[in-house]
Amino acid sequence: METINYQNFRIEAENICVDYNGKVALYDANLRLKPGQICGLVGMNGAGKTTFFNALTGFVNISKGKIRINGESVRSAQKDQTIAYVPQNEGIDSQFPISVWDVVMMGRYGSMNIFRCPRESDVQAVKDAIERVDLTDHLSTPIGNLSGGQRKRTFLARAIAQRASILLLDEPFSGVDIRTEKLISELFIQFKNEGKTILLSTHDMIHVREFCDLVLLINKTVVAYGETSEVFTPENITTTFGGISPDFLFGPES
Amino acid sequence: MELCTFLTLDSYLKDPLTHEFMRKALLMSSLVAAVCGFLSSYLTLKGWALMGDAVSHSVMPGVVVAYALGLPFSLGAFIFGVGSVALIGFIKQKSRVKEDTVIGLVFTGFFALGIVLVSKIKSNIDLHSILFGSPLGISLSDVKQTIFICLLVVILLSIFRKDLMLYCFDPRHAKTVGINVFFLHYLLLTCLSLAAVVGLQSVGIILVVAMLITPGATAYLLTDKFDNMTLISVLSAIISSLIGIYVSFWFDLETGGSIVLAQTFIFLFAFLFAPRYGIFKLKKLFAGYK
Repeated sequence: METINYQNFRIEAENICVDYNGKVALYDANLRLKPGQICGLVGMNGAGKTTFFNALTGFVNISKGKIRINGESVRSAQKDQTIAYVPQNEGIDSQFPISVWDVVMMGRYGSMNIFRCPRESDVQAVKDAIERVDLTDHLSTPIGNLSGGQRKRTFLARAIAQRASILLLDEPFSGVDIRTEKLISELFIQFKNEGKTILLSTHDMIHVREFCDLVLLINKTVVAYGETSEVFTPENITTTFGGISPDFLFGPES
Repeated sequence: MELCTFLTLDSYLKDPLTHEFMRKALLMSSLVAAVCGFLSSYLTLKGWALMGDAVSHSVMPGVVVAYALGLPFSLGAFIFGVGSVALIGFIKQKSRVKEDTVIGLVFTGFFALGIVLVSKIKSNIDLHSILFGSPLGISLSDVKQTIFICLLVVILLSIFRKDLMLYCFDPRHAKTVGINVFFLHYLLLTCLSLAAVVGLQSVGIILVVAMLITPGATAYLLTDKFDNMTLISVLSAIISSLIGIYVSFWFDLETGGSIVLAQTFIFLFAFLFAPRYGIFKLKKLFAGYK
């Protein structure tokens, strides 16, 4: 087991910019996260949340700035299986002919040989991961036959099987049932205790207050960043959502 | 009487085999169909049907130039196949024109160039056989080349079977765990160009896209497991090409068209009667009788 130094940064993003063919999607964004921290990424559609994730995983190249994962480059983080990405339910083809077992096994691909032949340790990791998300009864179920919540848990299991120390979750609570929501929140506490770092995007302000130590408000760039209790204020939220008051967004009680 | 019918049927199946060109056509077309069927699962899941159409049409000038220069036609086809995709990507990135429009205009441009070249370059190229295929008239050097390309594609697809599946399913995850997505993208494109080249001998440039998508679409309706999908796709492709060649022999029909029609009929059968995803959902019907 690796020893975790809680003082070192897991994620360091400095002044990163991403543009797609000249269109700026994100500029001058900064983020620093330590082991055991859970950070909420909040912003409108098109504010650059997915782009931020893509930059951290190396799926898009940054045009400026610097990203360090555990003090190393994104490239070596990929090689070391450091980051796991849990996609939005809408982001995957649910009709793809593939079973729960196959999806979770994909979490092990990066550390297998070129033919991707599972070793005994891979099989065990997949079994354990599926058990932790409570899908043992659905090992060979095609993902098309799962509910939204079960599918979300399948992809969480993939991240667990990968044994990543950083988890990026795109809208983990959207379109899931109560049972899945409860299971995810329990997993978050376990992940935190294991020293994993979590960055999650969400539309739901209640989840931010409930789970996130830190919050990063973005609108093409960072609007505010810090402890949830300090930063997650109605004024900041209004700025993030382009001047719409939080009362209008979440009802008067929030 | 029954014996008599059996004998007739038997001779229907065996007679064609007495001709060498028929034996060769049946073998080569089955091989080509198997390779295209293998690739077909990936193309249909990746949503590359239009891309398959584009690449297969774009190889036309490559084939003509290679023939004229005395080079292996697969080389010319390969260069133009990959070139067309690069050009599509370039135009899409540098202009505001939508992707499907770019694909359409690039491949028709290449195809037209091929037709013009055929009419201008003095050679013994038979336009008809390029456009519609000529599995019955395949030459010995073509046979060698076809077998080589088929083996190459099968080996590549077999080695990277799981990576390509992951690439089609979730490229972002593939990238995140350090798998070379760029390589897989071009690997799939390379296989597509090579399969188009061998496929065009069987059914011709115009119909080769059917070999690359129909078997996969048929299999997709019949299973929820990726490995089974590949298997069904390959089998249905082989069966269609055997049926197509036999039927074209018995009734004196265009061979390429017959092969593709056989594939289409098998697809329609799956579309109507597939146990889970067919219109009539046979599984439910049977369950009703129990």
